[in-house]
Amino acid sequence: MSTSLLLSAVLLLPLLSGVAAFATDRQPSLMRWLVFPLLGLAGLTAVGLGGHVLLHNTIETFIYAPGLPWLHWHFRLDPLAGFFLVLIGIVTSAVSLFGPGYVREFEHGKQPLSVLGFFTGLFVTGMLMVVVAADAFSFMVAWELMSLSSYFLVVYQHQNPANRRAGFLYLLMAEVGALSILLSFGVLAGFGDGFSFEAMRAAPLNLTWASIAFALGVLGFGMKAGLVPLHVWLPEAHPVAPSHISALMSGVMLKVAVYGFIRLSFDLIGDVHWAWGVALLIIASITALFGVLYALMQHDLKRLLAYHSVENIGIIFMGLGLSMIFYGTGYPLLGTLGLVAALYHTLNHALFKSLLFLGAGAVLQRSHERDLERMGGLLKRMPWTGLFFLIGCISISALPPFNGFVSEWLTFQTALQVPNLESGVLRAVIPIAAATLALTGALAAACFVKVYGIAFLGKARTRRVRRSSEADRGMVLAQALLAVLCLLFGIFPTAAVNAMNHVTRTLTGETLSTATANGWLWLTPVSADTASYSAPLVFVGVLLALLAWALMYYVMRPTGRVQTERGDTWDCGFGPLSPRMQYTSTSFTMPIRRIFAPVWRIHEELERESQPGLPLEPKQIRYQVHAEDVTWKWFYAPIMQLLHATTRRVSRIQTGNLRHYLAYSFVTLLLLLWLIT
Amino acid sequence: MLEQLPLYQQAILTLAAMVLFTSFALLAQSRVVSIIHIFAWQGLLVAVTTALVAYDSGKHDLYLSAIMTIALKALFIPWLLHRLVKRLGIDREEHGAEHPATVLMIGAGLVIFCYYVAQPIEQLSASVTRNTIAISMAVVLLGMLMLVSRSKAVAQVVGFMSLENGLFFAAVAATHGMPMAVELGVAFDVLVAAVIFGVFFFHIRDSIESLDVDQLNRLSEQDE
Amino acid sequence: MNDWLLALIELILFVALAPLFSAWVKRVKCWLQNRRAPALLQPYRDLRRLFAKQVLLSHNASPVFRATPYIIAGATLLAAAVVPFISVNLPTAAIADVIVLAGFFALARFFLALAGMDVGTAFGGMGSSREMTISALAEPAMLMAVFTLAMVAHSTNLSTVIDQLLAQGLVLRPSLLFALLSLVLVGIAETGRIPIDNPATHLELTMIHEAMILEYSGRHLALIEWAAQLKLLIYGVLIVNIFFPWGIATSGSPGALAIASGVVFVKLLVLGVLLAVGETVLAKMRLFRVPAFLVLALTLALIGLLSHIILEVG
Repeated sequence: MSTSLLLSAVLLLPLLSGVAAFATDRQPSLMRWLVFPLLGLAGLTAVGLGGHVLLHNTIETFIYAPGLPWLHWHFRLDPLAGFFLVLIGIVTSAVSLFGPGYVREFEHGKQPLSVLGFFTGLFVTGMLMVVVAADAFSFMVAWELMSLSSYFLVVYQHQNPANRRAGFLYLLMAEVGALSILLSFGVLAGFGDGFSFEAMRAAPLNLTWASIAFALGVLGFGMKAGLVPLHVWLPEAHPVAPSHISALMSGVMLKVAVYGFIRLSFDLIGDVHWAWGVALLIIASITALFGVLYALMQHDLKRLLAYHSVENIGIIFMGLGLSMIFYGTGYPLLGTLGLVAALYHTLNHALFKSLLFLGAGAVLQRSHERDLERMGGLLKRMPWTGLFFLIGCISISALPPFNGFVSEWLTFQTALQVPNLESGVLRAVIPIAAATLALTGALAAACFVKVYGIAFLGKARTRRVRRSSEADRGMVLAQALLAVLCLLFGIFPTAAVNAMNHVTRTLTGETLSTATANGWLWLTPVSADTASYSAPLVFVGVLLALLAWALMYYVMRPTGRVQTERGDTWDCGFGPLSPRMQYTSTSFTMPIRRIFAPVWRIHEELERESQPGLPLEPKQIRYQVHAEDVTWKWFYAPIMQLLHATTRRVSRIQTGNLRHYLAYSFVTLLLLLWLIT
Repeated sequence: MLEQLPLYQQAILTLAAMVLFTSFALLAQSRVVSIIHIFAWQGLLVAVTTALVAYDSGKHDLYLSAIMTIALKALFIPWLLHRLVKRLGIDREEHGAEHPATVLMIGAGLVIFCYYVAQPIEQLSASVTRNTIAISMAVVLLGMLMLVSRSKAVAQVVGFMSLENGLFFAAVAATHGMPMAVELGVAFDVLVAAVIFGVFFFHIRDSIESLDVDQLNRLSEQDE
Repeated sequence: MNDWLLALIELILFVALAPLFSAWVKRVKCWLQNRRAPALLQPYRDLRRLFAKQVLLSHNASPVFRATPYIIAGATLLAAAVVPFISVNLPTAAIADVIVLAGFFALARFFLALAGMDVGTAFGGMGSSREMTISALAEPAMLMAVFTLAMVAHSTNLSTVIDQLLAQGLVLRPSLLFALLSLVLVGIAETGRIPIDNPATHLELTMIHEAMILEYSGRHLALIEWAAQLKLLIYGVLIVNIFFPWGIATSGSPGALAIASGVVFVKLLVLGVLLAVGETVLAKMRLFRVPAFLVLALTLALIGLLSHIILEVG
């Protein structure tokens, strides 16, 4: 099959799935038998096409007629696009497995399923098209398709005013971001004399204009990706969408923004300046730390995961920033290392974040709870979801031998190459950024201990949670797929890095051949002497250790000494423990809340209901804490004030007097006449 | 590079790092008595460095400055401050900065800034200890940061003295010390300053019933 | 092949000596505090007794609770396998560098904290919450110290680092001095020694590590205790072998190995005495003093890093 045909299939299949959704109004079971299978097929085709392009290192350009008469649509397949096609394809396939079970509860809801199916199809089409677009026009059309259709998905359950508000915020920021991207393309197109990426690549830019294009790109793509302080829409919009859509948005749509950023800075602008890397590194470090600190304070599971997306976007951009610093100072090989670290983390985040969102969706469907404070003991009720969620937690906490660890390790290894740099200041700043990354990773681990410990371990805190049961087979299977991939990409990093080498070769002409020079067993980013990590051997080591203990267990068993008895949990002699005595999400993070207090705007509420005559023994205590995002006060409120002040000043020309308006027209006319002479 | 230097020059560099550490410790420490102790240690470290530089360069008058530094900054002024603090009855008080972690971060930024600023200067100097210029500059700026970040007079005085330590350290490390006359003059100045501060403490406490310099705003005649 | 055999022997030595090191620290502490010390073999007896005892599980314990001791023991074993103990030529050191080593500890800690939350008591949650907070604060200091080390030795591979430092001979490096101090503080925090945590008490208000393992018994408890002892020894060996590498065997000859074992033994004895003195002199801190302690570690690491960049490279 030719790639052209496959590409058409990749773009048309999700569209078809969206259109097919209209039939579900009369026949809801079609959702299961037609809409989601088509979406899954689209995902698989995308994986196939992307994998083919990535591994065979092909670069092909297609021109399609259906555009405006003088503006044909250019599509281009290259390894970078292939990489992101694979990424989108994997998550889409998993979502299409998960979807049929999950949307069943919407069948009898107020909103028609057809709307959900239609916009999901459009959304996936948009994302796939962004990745293959090769001119600014089709890129922007695809980008808007992605943004707008996801807006409708966010407000799918629009009877809730909070959802409408979140949707509006999302739409507003998405459009401001798109405008900024458009301007950035405009700069490139102005110098390159054409809207095709081909022309932009050849554009002769001086440093000032390149910096302007880059800054606009950071603003536009950063707004979509969720760089602090442009992230505010993310924790509002992601949690309110249906969970499989959240998985697509967090797992894939943010990655599309990362794709756009890489395409713009490494491909279209081309020669990056090191100072951009420094700026990006600083923003990214702040984003990572800020994201995880806010995630810690959340007790709505999906909102917490959304803040973790902010954190992980920070980590990805740290890798990109490091990469730019090394490129800009003339170390293309080390720059490639940073780029590979960033790409790897992009892939990993897509996998584990989708996994976690799907897990949260399963929990939400089964227990109707999003609030961590009401969960507990879910592992016993949903063993498979619990297992896969645990794998997601380990992966995102960057623990060996899972995938999150590999990419963070590669980022650290990139940062460790600072002694090569001439500038002493950079040599001092980069390790500090790396220390921030270490702090972020450790805090993320703390956060996921909280999530898993509160939600899946311990005792159930409410009746609904106590009565929940395992999700249905498709939903579990989708999670299993992603969990296995998390493990595989953790154990065989060399294969993944080899594939990514094709991407870096087309972008920068360099490959990270040293990383895999010592065979598939050893990952050696710079040289075997500098640092090495053997994920397969670590995994074997873990297995061996477990095996040894199992052996010992069986050797000792016949002696009858190894017995296990069940008993009550120790209650200090005070009588039975109740689930309400357990640590809660709020109490778990109390030490962190106190240590990093200035980071949040904490609103605490303490209500005591005293017993008459016994002021020291309250009958009831109610404690509520809410961490408000400081960017609202320090970033958005000033902008709003500025806007208000400006509009007030501008409104002064609106006198209401007819002759004044005529005078304006008169003066404008004079000015125009003067201009054309 | 470092490996090729003789051991006592390595020791000078190590001492420079330790002086920098005492500056950070001063910034972070909030207990009044500990602040004075750390200041004494800083004086001692500067003195030992001076002695080592004297040995390195063969300038014997530097030994004299080393002895003077020990006597003045490691013994006399700390003793004076200690006695003052006891008599004022504030030896158990905590005079910390409001946000110690923020102050430390700013301090780290200052060190990097000093390094950036000092690089061109270092190119000019041929001395092996030229790398310490950035450190001594950082000690000066950290002293100033302490002056800015603390509200209590005692901590500010120590900040001021530690600033002077930085200047002295720069002179010793970069140019093998100032002329003897200047050095004596500066030492005398510091001594007088210490004594005057001692008297001043009692006065401001008598007049505003606190050693918090933020309270000095009250002396302004403006309406609030 | 010989190298791998040696690695295995080193690992076994590590495992076997871990309880002894803890016993030595305890003994010196007893001497310093005018108490009668337990026998040096007491930890071994404790472990044997625990291994033989029946396991009592809470009704609420999930598979995570049961798997945790094995995962902790496995991760700690892996960590021990990559640390050069008596010989620099350790083939297993290539499996994981210092950052992966920190990752192993993080993995063990992650599961220990989960197990603490599993049985559904307030104690377990309290211990987990505190442990994760403290380790999160310790991490940046540790990483920055590791960075300093890696910049000096141009590697994060432990064998190579030690090799490099040996080759440079006796150099007085301010950066390494501060990195050492910082790592000592981090090690104290991570292994739960005084003044951060007290391994000897079960006082509700202060305990961290003990709070998490309160529900464990029998062989599970034995594994966790033994992993904790192993972790202490790993930190000890890291500190003595990286910062005072002299004496470690650079060849595989039996003579060199014998000398190296003796030297490492003596170094660890001295380190144990220092640790015991520190634990005797200091009192346990309030929980909210701990951040200040770790900020000190971070400052030390930062000064180490800056002094490397400013003073040593220039």
